[in-house]
Parts: sequence; C-alpha cells; structure tokens
Amino acid sequence: MSITRDEVAHLARLSRLALGEDELEHFATQLDVIISAVARVQEVAADDIPPTSHALPLTNVFRPDEIRPSLTPQQALAGAPAAEEDRFRVPRILDEEA
Amino acid sequence: MLIKKSAVELGQLIAAGEVSAVEVTQAHLDRIAVVDDRVHAFLHVGSGSALEQAAAVDARRAAGETLGPLAGVPIAHKDVFSTHDMPTTAASRILQGWRPPFDATVTARLRAAGLVILGKTNMDEFAMGSSTENSAYGPTHNPWDLTRIPGGSSGGSSAAVASYEAPLATGTDTGGSIRQPAAVTGLVGMKPTYGGSSRYGLIAFASSLDTPGPFARNVLDAALLHEAFSGHDVMDSTSIDAPVPSVVAAARQADVAGLRVGVVREFSGDGYQPGVLARFHEATELLESLGAKVVEVSCPAFDYALPAYYLIAPSEASSNLARFDAMRYGLRVGDDGSRSAEEVMALTRAEGFGAEVKRRIILGTYALSSGYYDAYYGKAQQVRTLISRDFDAAFEQVDVLVSPTTPTTAFPIGERADNPMAMYLADLCTIPSNMAGNAAISVPCGLADEDGLPVGLQIMAPVLADDRVYRVGAAVEKALEDRWGGPLLGKAPQL
Repeated sequence: MSITRDEVAHLARLSRLALGEDELEHFATQLDVIISAVARVQEVAADDIPPTSHALPLTNVFRPDEIRPSLTPQQALAGAPAAEEDRFRVPRILDEEA
Repeated sequence: MLIKKSAVELGQLIAAGEVSAVEVTQAHLDRIAVVDDRVHAFLHVGSGSALEQAAAVDARRAAGETLGPLAGVPIAHKDVFSTHDMPTTAASRILQGWRPPFDATVTARLRAAGLVILGKTNMDEFAMGSSTENSAYGPTHNPWDLTRIPGGSSGGSSAAVASYEAPLATGTDTGGSIRQPAAVTGLVGMKPTYGGSSRYGLIAFASSLDTPGPFARNVLDAALLHEAFSGHDVMDSTSIDAPVPSVVAAARQADVAGLRVGVVREFSGDGYQPGVLARFHEATELLESLGAKVVEVSCPAFDYALPAYYLIAPSEASSNLARFDAMRYGLRVGDDGSRSAEEVMALTRAEGFGAEVKRRIILGTYALSSGYYDAYYGKAQQVRTLISRDFDAAFEQVDVLVSPTTPTTAFPIGERADNPMAMYLADLCTIPSNMAGNAAISVPCGLADEDGLPVGLQIMAPVLADDRVYRVGAAVEKALEDRWGGPLLGKAPQL
C-alpha cells in the first residue's frame, strides 16, 4: 500500500476538498494504483541530471509598465457569488473568539 | 454543399463574393441543429452572435475591404478559452454559466482574423482526460461510431469538425489533448511549439505544458488557423518573442524528398493495436517511396514520459486550481452564515469538481508534499530533462520523428471511465513533445482493419520547427488522398 485512506483524507483537507467516506475509500484504492505506476520515475538513474521545470529556458521577461484600461467594479464583480458595496462578500474568515 | 468545403475554399468563396459569410454560418448552424443532439460537441451555440460576426464580415467586403484568408469562416472554440460574450466553463460545474469579463488572446485573434465563432465545445473538465467523458455536462460522441469516445480533452472540437458542424476548431494540448482526439476522429490536429501560441485567457491546467493549437480536416486549413492565432503576446510571459514559423508555405510545399525520418523504437509492441501498427508501418513505407530516408531511432527516456507527466501535470494542476475558492467567481455552496470561508471553500470544491479533477488535485498535492517531493516531483523533472536530451540527440540524426499518435483507435464510451491508468495510456506517444515543448502534429493515415476506425500518424519536429511537421504532414496527406480517392473522412458514416 503506497497510500492509505487516512493519507488521502489529510491531502483532501490540505486541498480544501470536503470528501465523503465513500469517495475517500474509492480514491485511496485508485491513487494507490496510480502512485505505484508513476513511482517508476524512481528507476531512472538521474543523480547528476538537472531538473527541468519548463520546456523553454526564459528568464526575466518584462513588458512596458504602461497604464491601460482595467475592469470596472461592475465588471470585476459580475461573476461574484455575493457582492456588497462594490466588494466581494465572503463568509467569515476568522473564528468568533479571535 | 457548403458544410463539406474546406476552410480555404470557404474563405476564397467569401472573399470573391460567391457566397456570403452569413450563408456559410447559417449552413453550419443548420448542421449543428440537425446532428448535435446525437454528437453533443457543443456546450453553447451562439447563433445570434455568430450571425452578427458573419454579417460584419460581409459588410467589410461590401465596403471594398480586402479580406484575410479565413474571414467569414466559422469555427468551433474549445470552452477553455475565455470569451466575453459566451459562457466559459472548462466543462466544470464550478464555472457553470460564468462569463469572463475579457477575451483570451486566441479568442481576440480569431475575431481579428474575421473567423466566426459558432460556439463553445465540450471537453474533459479542466482538460483532464482523453475521452471527454469527464465533462460535467455529459460525454461527446465520435461521429465515426456514436458509441465511442471522440478523444479528449478537446473531444467536442474534434467531433464538431469530424461531423461537419465546423470546418475548423481550436483545442489545447497538455499531454495530447489535440493530437489524440484528431487521430481517433480522422482529423489533422497540431500542437505548436510551447510558447508559440498564447495562454493568456486560457483556463490553466498545467502551465508549463498547456499549448493552444488548431483542428482541421486538412493540413493547409490547420496551418492557416495556426498562423491566424499564433505569435508573440506580451500578456503571456512564456510566449516566444520570435516570428511564427511559415507553416502555410510549408503546408503548400508538401514535399519530403531527401528528408531524414526517424521511427521512435519505444512506441511499438505490447499495448499497440495491430491495426494501428499496420497503418503506421504503411505510412513509413509511403514516406520512403516519396523520397524520405527512414531510420529507426531510440529515445529510452520516452518510456518514463507517462509516469513523469502524471506527476508534473497534477502537481501544476493542484496549484492552478487553488484559484477556484468560491470567493470571486463561480459556484459557492453552503454559505448559510454559520460556516467559515474555509468550510464553504471545501464544500464548494467537493461539489463543483468532478472525480478526475479531485484525483489529480490530490495526486499533485501528494507529489509536492515535503518528504515525497524529491522522490516524485523532483525525479519527474529530471526525467523531463532526459526526454529533451533524447529529442536533441534524435534531431541530430533526423529531421523529424514519427510514431502512431495513439496506441489504439477510439474506445467505447464507458470502457475506461473508472480505470484512470487505462485512460492515461491513450497519451503514451503524445506526452514527450509536451515535456520537451517541441512541435508535433497528427494526420490521418487510414482505418484499422479490426474496427474500421481512424488511425493517426504523429510527426514531431524540434522546437520552433513547426513548419517542418506541416510540410511532412501535407506530403503524406496528398499521397494518401490520391490512394483513397479523397479525404479519409469521406469514409465516415453519414450522420
């Protein structure tokens, strides 16, 4: 077993996914198969090989710092689940006692 | 019949005033009305805006303006590209009904070229999949056999073009999501060099791999579309600041005399359908008969491309999809005043994402976790280096590499739906070019004997040698169409 149900539950919590019991069990079984398969990368002898994070080596890409038109508050809020006074309305972020 | 014509022909007819853009658009909208309840290529059809765009092209022509080659030609647009006038959902429930306040660069360039956007096409949710079964809005059906998958993730785009709902479509290719659907529906599909086409306004899956590209029914049409939306974009910092390779001229050149072609040894054997290998071998013989020199080439690191991809892409996805937090746009679930932002976020993401997306977020979070990072993500990045080195070594010996595009033809809907590893194998041959960022195309090379379904030939060239794959693809297409007496798609059943 390369990954357990409890580990999947922990990862789901980190990923902000409220998964049910059935989903946790199902994913644990499937992820176990997937992780065993992708672990094959460890067979490759690559101790002295540099990592590649990106296909093309581009560094320090700049564009001119120009003032351009931006979205109006109405446009920016058009897809908001909830808005109030030209702002995004969100559920409470801090605990009440905090 | 207007819907059977190529994009090149339609553009010429419109520019010459022999047919109006409105007539062409209406013919395709009529076709969609007749077949799309069976194919389900589209998530949204914008009849009104399409006819308005077409009328604008007709007005420009009437005013004496010289039109570009694709002005007035209809196109199906993958639902992963932002469109300010149509919903953009990436086939996810979490973005149901969302209208972006801006256009993607690719969208803006389609409009600037006078292309008429018919609507938005179905896909695997957030482009994660190889069958379009992972759409939150139901699967798309392969026009060759409606019980089979049209490939994925750009399966709505492949199905739309293969069923004559549109002569052209856009797609995005992260691990094969243009080439694989093109292969299994008998189309041309191209993954440009990474950075050759802009990602601005594209809903991100794996940012170091995502590449917009064209679908068409022939190589020249694909090249015209490629040229229309490619090129440097200051809004995408990974965009290449270099001229677009002359892909249209290359597609017209259609010549392989003296070209050195390498057959990738690793892409053969167990797991490959005999009918796919048979058509592939015939294609290599054909290249030889056209004057190319064909040799076998070994790229040993390609054997590790699939496992490395399924670490790198989910890792990037787990980070990219963190933006769907139920706060600024999209779905919000459980906000009843009693729950915290974090609880609402977790409930929303659990309800808004489908199973494959959740699997990949968890897998990516795992691969990036401290304690596992070096063994998984770090190792996959080293494999990525080795894949690029294999390509570099191969391209010292040959001008292009070839392989089957996919190990099998289109599989039945449902067959691999709950078996992720089996599904992932569909991208076996396409992934290396995403890892290395080089250009790769799929062109039809015949029907498999076992099932009579299309087989694709993949042609790969170095970074920024996009023109080379068009040149070879067009030569193969010309020779095969002479043999077949017309396009492969002509053999598809009538819908």
